[in-house]
Amino acid sequence: MSQEAGRGSENHSDSTPYSFGGSWTPSAVELERRIARKARARKNSLVAAASSVLVLGTLATIIVTSPGWKNLSDTFFKWAYGFEVLPKIILGFGANVFLTVIAATSVGIFGLILALVRTSRSPAITPFRILATIYVDVFRGIPMLLIILLVGFGIPALRLKGVTNNVFILGICAVIITYSAYVAEVIRSGILTVHPSQRAAARSLGLSNFQTLRYVVLPQALRRVTPPLLNDLVSLIKDTGLVSILGVTDAIRAAQIASSRSFNYTPYVMAAGIFLLVTIPLTRYTDRTLRKSIDRQNAQGLA
Amino acid sequence: MSIPVLALEKVRKAFGSEVVLEDISITVPEHTATVFIGASGSGKSTLLRCINLLEQIDDGVIRLDGADITNPSVDPDEIRRKLGMVFQSFNLFPHMSVVENIILAPMRVHSKSREQAIEDALELLGRFGLREKAEQYPDRLSGGQQQRVAIIRSLAVQPRLLLLDEITSALDPVLVNEVLSTVRDLKEHGMTMLLATHEMGFAKQVADEVCFLEHGRILEWGKPEEILENPKKPQTKEFLKRVHEAGRL
Repeated sequence: MSQEAGRGSENHSDSTPYSFGGSWTPSAVELERRIARKARARKNSLVAAASSVLVLGTLATIIVTSPGWKNLSDTFFKWAYGFEVLPKIILGFGANVFLTVIAATSVGIFGLILALVRTSRSPAITPFRILATIYVDVFRGIPMLLIILLVGFGIPALRLKGVTNNVFILGICAVIITYSAYVAEVIRSGILTVHPSQRAAARSLGLSNFQTLRYVVLPQALRRVTPPLLNDLVSLIKDTGLVSILGVTDAIRAAQIASSRSFNYTPYVMAAGIFLLVTIPLTRYTDRTLRKSIDRQNAQGLA
Repeated sequence: MSIPVLALEKVRKAFGSEVVLEDISITVPEHTATVFIGASGSGKSTLLRCINLLEQIDDGVIRLDGADITNPSVDPDEIRRKLGMVFQSFNLFPHMSVVENIILAPMRVHSKSREQAIEDALELLGRFGLREKAEQYPDRLSGGQQQRVAIIRSLAVQPRLLLLDEITSALDPVLVNEVLSTVRDLKEHGMTMLLATHEMGFAKQVADEVCFLEHGRILEWGKPEEILENPKKPQTKEFLKRVHEAGRL
């Protein structure tokens, strides 16, 4: 492990080539410091490794030696059966991906509109502003599972002409309805954090209200809320699984069918693995974006 | 005498029950600079914001080139197009490079072509020694450079009148000079200006007229040498004494 444990040490790490100055060679004091730093880094990684082996090893031992372990691994980790049904689960996951793409696009548009309506001060918008506020309050306050049930079973029960009974479409609608409320609030908070002086500067240049929003406020607001929006995207991917209760054959439903046929739960574990394959990289990426945006804001504070 | 660029007649402004401007009447002829001095909270900034229609006045009239701009039927965007404003805190757009900051209004408000806007922006940047900063983002610039870019941004729309609101207050003393020499340059080129400032030495150099504001009223108004060297009102004397003690004269 070459990674140094100390935070901030990357700025003056030993391997940094000092190219400026040309003829500079480190002094005896500096060389001594480097040796000391290296020794400390080596000690730190040793401690980290030892503590990891101890903690993780103990955990694994406890689980594997437990009385029910044999039984559990037969029901949940029967890999041969798992890989046999994997293609069906992957096919089902296609539905989750499709749902996510459609929902994320629509939620982005609808959420943005809701946020703009809620932050607008124009008198003509007043009724829409009230409606948008009620909408956000209501749909943020109901568990999404309930909305999926209400939309998925309620709307077909109305027997309206021209309205679909397709559970897939109804499921997407339920997801969009809920997530738009979440995303609208995230975007609205971004809009509100843009300092009023930015608006004043734009307006004093003669930009109209709409131009100010379009060129000055929104670009800054959206940049700031990118990390929380990516978080919502991760949640959205997982929550598309909820539409399986309407009978949509997604990854979860495919796993459910496979496991009920054999009374073995390995398909669920496979489905979980597939979700992780997508969500973990996205979560890491979100973390990185968040760190970058915090760094950027700190830099601005210093300027 | 020709019509002044700006004329204020008995302007009054209150925030709730707190009166911040009372009975303000001044005229600003073309190619002149009027400097407002006074303690913090005396109403200088509010006055500039009222002229820019960022704040609504409660009484009186403001005329730009003789036309009443406080009439409710006047489109504020239309008026702001003719005015430039520079703020104490620069207020550059952090997500745009220097040149993008400058060309935004010429392109979107004055429908200049992108090429033309960039050409004009680069010329202005060159004139004020900032040509090589064109592609930088504001947070890579020093405070003085940011404020000069802000001035250039407001010049890019060729305003009738420039409003400068304590533009050196957020700068450390070393950077103040580069901004002030920029303003002097504008003055020499005949720009009509209205400034709020705490820099008395600078006020003396650049001002054609100085207004001393206290509690939202104009206490004295006249030539800089009269107001700054031989003030008549005891309040003005007291204020200048305090400024002097703070080492700003």
